[in-house]
Amino acid sequence: MRYAMVIDTLKCVGCSDCVVACQTENDVPHGYCRDWITETVNGSYPSVELELKSERCNHCDNAPCVRCCPTGASHIVEGGVVLVTANECIGCGACIESCPYDARYQHPDGYVDKCTFCHHRLEKGQLPACVSVCPTKCMYFGDLDNPNSEVSQLLKNRKYKTLAPEAGTNPHVFYLI
Amino acid sequence: MQEELFTSGRHIPHIDPSLEIWHWPIAVYLFLGGLAAGILFFAALFYVLGKDKDYPAAVKITSIIPPIALSLGLLALVYDLTHPLFTWQLYTTFRIESPMSWGAWVLLIVTPLSFLWTFSYYRESFGNIESKLNLFRRFKFLNTFEAFVIKNRINIAYALIPLSLILGVYTGILLSAFNARPLWNNAILGPLFLTSGLSTGAAAIILLSKSVQERHLFGRIDLGLIIVELALIVHMIMGYYAGSQVQLEAMELLVGGDFTLMFFGFVVLLGLLVPAILELIELIGYKVPVVVPALLVIIGGLIFRFVMIEAGQLTRYLY
Amino acid sequence: MTTSRRKFIKISALGLGGLATTSSAFKMFGVNSYLDAAVKENIAKKFIRSATYCEVCFWKCAAWAYTDEEGSIKKIIGNEDDTHCNGRLCPRGTGGVGMYSDEDRLKTPLIRTTINGEETYREASWEEALDLIASKFKDIKEMYGPESFALLKHGSPGSHLEHLFKAYGSDTIAEPAYAQCRGPRETGFGLTFGSWVGSPEPTDIRDTKCLVLIGSHIGENMHNSQVQEMSDAIDNGATIITVDPRLSTAASKSKHWLAIKPATDIALLLSWMHVLIEEGLYNKKYVEQYTLGFDQLKQHVKPFTPEWAYGITTIKPDEIRKTARIMAAAAPSVIVHPGRHVVWYGDDSQRERAIAILNGLLGSWGNRGGFYFKESLKVPKFPHPEYPEPKWGWEEIGEKYPFAQMGITSEIVKATLKSEESDYPIKAWMVAGTNLINTLPEREKTIQAINEVEFLVVIDTMPMEITGYADVVLPECTYLERYDGIRSATNRTPSIAVRVPAVKPKYDSKPAWWISKQIGERLGLGDYFNYNDFEEVIEWQLNKLGTSLDEMKKIGVKNFERTSGPLFLEEGQEYEFYTPSGKIEFYSQQLANKGFDPMPVYTRHPEPPQGFYRLNYGRSPMHTFSRTINNPNLSDLKSENTLWVNPKVARILGLKKYQEVWLKNQDGIVSTFSIKVRITERIRWDSVYMYHGFGHNDKKLSRAFGKGVSDTELISQTVIDPIMGGTGLRGNFVSILTENPHKTSEI
Repeated sequence: MRYAMVIDTLKCVGCSDCVVACQTENDVPHGYCRDWITETVNGSYPSVELELKSERCNHCDNAPCVRCCPTGASHIVEGGVVLVTANECIGCGACIESCPYDARYQHPDGYVDKCTFCHHRLEKGQLPACVSVCPTKCMYFGDLDNPNSEVSQLLKNRKYKTLAPEAGTNPHVFYLI
Repeated sequence: MQEELFTSGRHIPHIDPSLEIWHWPIAVYLFLGGLAAGILFFAALFYVLGKDKDYPAAVKITSIIPPIALSLGLLALVYDLTHPLFTWQLYTTFRIESPMSWGAWVLLIVTPLSFLWTFSYYRESFGNIESKLNLFRRFKFLNTFEAFVIKNRINIAYALIPLSLILGVYTGILLSAFNARPLWNNAILGPLFLTSGLSTGAAAIILLSKSVQERHLFGRIDLGLIIVELALIVHMIMGYYAGSQVQLEAMELLVGGDFTLMFFGFVVLLGLLVPAILELIELIGYKVPVVVPALLVIIGGLIFRFVMIEAGQLTRYLY
Repeated sequence: MTTSRRKFIKISALGLGGLATTSSAFKMFGVNSYLDAAVKENIAKKFIRSATYCEVCFWKCAAWAYTDEEGSIKKIIGNEDDTHCNGRLCPRGTGGVGMYSDEDRLKTPLIRTTINGEETYREASWEEALDLIASKFKDIKEMYGPESFALLKHGSPGSHLEHLFKAYGSDTIAEPAYAQCRGPRETGFGLTFGSWVGSPEPTDIRDTKCLVLIGSHIGENMHNSQVQEMSDAIDNGATIITVDPRLSTAASKSKHWLAIKPATDIALLLSWMHVLIEEGLYNKKYVEQYTLGFDQLKQHVKPFTPEWAYGITTIKPDEIRKTARIMAAAAPSVIVHPGRHVVWYGDDSQRERAIAILNGLLGSWGNRGGFYFKESLKVPKFPHPEYPEPKWGWEEIGEKYPFAQMGITSEIVKATLKSEESDYPIKAWMVAGTNLINTLPEREKTIQAINEVEFLVVIDTMPMEITGYADVVLPECTYLERYDGIRSATNRTPSIAVRVPAVKPKYDSKPAWWISKQIGERLGLGDYFNYNDFEEVIEWQLNKLGTSLDEMKKIGVKNFERTSGPLFLEEGQEYEFYTPSGKIEFYSQQLANKGFDPMPVYTRHPEPPQGFYRLNYGRSPMHTFSRTINNPNLSDLKSENTLWVNPKVARILGLKKYQEVWLKNQDGIVSTFSIKVRITERIRWDSVYMYHGFGHNDKKLSRAFGKGVSDTELISQTVIDPIMGGTGLRGNFVSILTENPHKTSEI
């Protein structure tokens, strides 16, 4: 089992529904977010390209945040999901420094918090909140170890990229381009 | 023109627009750790070499600093934790891949050793304090304990030599292990911070030493360390220069950006070059108040930690 | 003088606001979270879900509101069975929670009063506020007749109040959604196809092969199922053609983005018709069977060659021909989208006519991948006595505009202003669910009219600019806290959805149905409100529809079979359109009869003078106009707007990224606040662009106050559409000021 998220940049309109859904699903405090949208504009008028991407923790195979955690609060569970156990976290900030995606933050209560791929929903067989609400259906989620899963098929048939591959983290959020 | 922005408005405290996760306590912690490592290293080394009589400042007097420095450093570290009531979680596990874990354990061993070391010289070197406190008269067991520690001093010294080196290197590796921060992510940082730590340690010994011979020796040692440190800094910058876009941008911060004055003015010039020249002049035989270069080295070392912590958090991957 | 009488009062006075600070204060001492072993997520919590439909915008998606054990609403999730959302809400719907939890909400009725010479508000009981309002209703009726009391409204509360007004004898009712938004398209399409476009638009986007957007920015407007279907269309390989001077999100998804010079769309549309007809690419069978006036049209568009259009639109003739051919190849599975907010240049009904005619030429109306025949369910009326017949109403007020089909807000403003000499004197307003100050152009006139009226009552959930002008402010509870009418909208299949309160109303807020009933009873109109709770009305209606409130509470949405026939025309099917001729009218005799151009023509519109830039505005996907800017969830996403400026312009003016600037329009109106510059290649050098709805100047909106600039404030020129009275808003030009213009004036 290897969970992965595949996001189709050709369909994403950057509405940020994923961000609000995450906020309400996970009680993310106002002013914080576990996922976010970036906009990249290239070219000059009128030959301009625009790319919108929903970003979050990449649940890397080679997760620097897990490696640098001194207490084991940051850990990887079944399916490759990177989680933080709040009551093991001392708030040293090492994992935040280690993340090339700036996907982690200090929760106002002190511990480090981040996207969990909605692990509590996965356990119930539900999709992550962001995926389940996306009005453009540009987000896909599933098991990469299963060659027939939607995500495997999309990565087989479409061109894709990952973020900061040169950081060598082996991220598991993929962007169709 | 390329334009990049957050469409969903990210303004996470301490994360956006650039990291401000580690603040001055971490810089102070790294500095104090390096300083303590330097002093402990010299103390243990000269004791093992049997030179404790010749170099009393290095072995005995200055050893008052490491326990204080390490305690303050630890306090600073805990002060910067955001979930500090869980600090004990550090000692429920040892994470071999985590420099932070290494540091926690090394400190757990080095700090008590540094206390023991100071304790063993307490009555010998700080008799005037004891005459006021009269601790040994009040707590009889201290006498037997002191005898035990003095008997094992050589063992402590043997342990401290590698441990202090690990501590010194650790202050650099803590940063260099972060692939995500291009300014930090180079292997030079470990040796560089170790050298800088040893250099500040030597400077501290010079400050507290009363013997000309000792001051001269440590002046020479310090000069050597400064030369090595300068070489390592050149090496570090060459490394950025040969690196990728993100590393070039990191270098830009030090070489032609917001931190240039701090780095070249205060760290390289005032913290390394000027004291090196002063120490050289003194070695040749001119009269230079040794306090000046020693203080410059120590202040330079502190500023260096500040620059690296602050600038490092501004650097990141582009994607 | 009366002008200062209704001085804008920032709702701050007397006893309000204490509540807001307490929650954060508690946090410091409250639960010590540190040793609390549980990871803080609402995972383990048990939720109760209640059926609702969203009120954050007009799309009205059916949803489930999830309430936790403590009775607070935690999340809102789309209803899987709903054709408006298919289980997926947009960010505003998901963030609807914030509408409920916003601590800046109106909390009690407020009555304007004078204390020590200062006008302010005092908190009042509902009893007192309603008595006062009822007495004003009576006064107006006695002195001028009930028609002189106008209702300006938007959204669900509007329908309850409309009932009250009609029972009272006033049909002086209007909403900005018509003359400031989609009116021209309803008129343009109505004149052509005999049918309104309506909402949701009957566009079969999911099955289309070619989607043509004329300045419509789907994806930035989050018209939910439409956005979803555009995504499906992308998956299906549909070609999207976007005509927009700005690289909208939709434009970035398009195979062809025609970066048109602003205000020249009709030229392009005529030229497309020219190509379709001259090259014989139009849908001949369809045109022959269903349309009227093709020959006149052919004659009419003959001179409008792509070369002619190039000179006007700056779009290359090749590009015009190529895109016309793509449309023709896809026909009839092609949609030239009518758009929604279409009040641009004052000839908007004609532009919409051109769009409609283009669709007619392609044969997309009534064909798969084009426009489907929509259907909705008729909800039986809860019995009440006949409404009295008003002497005059919105139709008379807008009589200058023969094809207006709804009340024109701007005409109501005018009628209020000159009420002494007017045949239709308007003396009092009720404003519900619409922040007229930030909705109507020519703000000065709106405020003048407000100063003229003898009584203004505002009903809203939030303090807004308009509430500051009211004599009485009534706090409405949010959609999550009340029953409302059954939603029955047009769609592929008819459906109904119910709104059931998820929680009790917060503070001392009340639902609009209750307010209407209370006022009605005080006016002796109790027979019109023959129920104790609106729940009874819905229950009665649902029973008539063959279901029950209990069932609807469990399912939220019920879909019904179509009864009006198939979605699309069958091959060669006889079909009578609801036009006078029964055909699709390329040539409109109706227009000709009233002295208008029977077929659309291109007219030149003013261009920005030297040093000025055309002010364009549009939607941010995270907000619904000005009403959501303070929503805590949504302001997290976008708290202020930016001024989009082309890098060339930035270079000339020496503007830096995120520099704060002020705007001054052609009439010398200066923006109240500053706006940050966004330097972007997404916009032309002759225009600037900003998201609509920002720049609130009511301090009570703690998150929205002073954030960005209000485009509405700078729209002081409108060009009125002579056909239906729409207010063309896109002919305003602004210059960019880098120095704070308010600094000097304050000294």
